[in-house]
Amino acid sequence: METAFTPFASFGGGLLIGLGAVLLMLGLGRIFGATGILSGAIFFENRDEMRWRLALIAGMILAPGLIFLITGAMPTLTVPVSPAMIVIGGVIVGLGASLGSGCTSGHGVCGLARLSIRSLVAVPTFMATAAITVFLIRHVFGG
Amino acid sequence: MKLVFALLTGLVFGTGIVISGMMDPAKVLNFFDLAGTWDPSLAFVMGGAVLITFVGYRLVWRRDAPLFGGRFQLPNSTAIDARLVGGSALFGIGWGIAGFCPGAAIPALGTGRWEVALFLIAVAVGFYLRRRLPSPQAKTA
Repeated sequence: METAFTPFASFGGGLLIGLGAVLLMLGLGRIFGATGILSGAIFFENRDEMRWRLALIAGMILAPGLIFLITGAMPTLTVPVSPAMIVIGGVIVGLGASLGSGCTSGHGVCGLARLSIRSLVAVPTFMATAAITVFLIRHVFGG
Repeated sequence: MKLVFALLTGLVFGTGIVISGMMDPAKVLNFFDLAGTWDPSLAFVMGGAVLITFVGYRLVWRRDAPLFGGRFQLPNSTAIDARLVGGSALFGIGWGIAGFCPGAAIPALGTGRWEVALFLIAVAVGFYLRRRLPSPQAKTA
C-alpha cells in the first residue's frame, strides 16, 4: 500500500517531538524515552515517579483530540498487519526495547542528540533489523 | 504545577507524533520497505527531532537544575554489550513486524483504535518478560 511522501509535515512534526524532549529535560531533567516512561508508569517504583509519567502519557494520548479540536478531523492511521502480528511484534518490542534500554524516542531522538555512544550503536542496529524484517515479510514470505 | 507541565509536554510530543506521520504503521512500514512502496518521510521526522533536541538540550544544560527541582538525570553508561545490541536488534524486529513503536503508539491510543490497545498490552507483556530475566539492571538511553 502506497503512502504519501510528506517531508514538510514530517519535519514539522519532528520539531515538535524534539521540543517535547527538550521541555521534559528543562522541567524534570529527564530523557524522553517512551519505553522507560511507559514501563516506569506500569511497574512503578514509587508514587511520585509514577505520577509524572502518567501525566506525560495522558498528555500524549490527548494529542489526537487536540488535532480534532483544531482541524475538525480526527487523525487517522492504517494498520496493514494482522492482530497476531501486532501481538507478536508488541511483545518483541517491549522485551527488546527494555533490554536495549531505549527505543525510537530514547535512543533515536534523545540519545543521538546527546551523542551517546550507546545510542549511536542502538539506532543503526534497530533501523537495520526493522528494514530486514519488513523485507523478509513483504518480499520473501509475501505477507 | 509539575504534573501540568508534564501533561503539556506530553501533548507537545504527541502532537508532533501525529503531525509527523509516526503514528501511522502504514507509513512506518513503508519507510522500511526500500524494495517496495518506500516512503522516506520518517527520515525527516528524525532530522527535525534530533536537530531541536541537540540545540535545546545544550541551552537547557546551562541551567544548574531542572525547573521543578532535582537534577538532570542522564545515563552515563558507555558499555556496548550484548544486551544493548541484542535488545536493539529485537526491538527493530518487533517494530518491523507490528509497525508501531511505544512512543508512537501512546498518542495513537487517543484515536480509540483497538489495535493500538492490543499492541500496548503486548508491549507491557514484553516489559514483564524482561523483568523476569536475570540481572535486571535498569539503564535508560
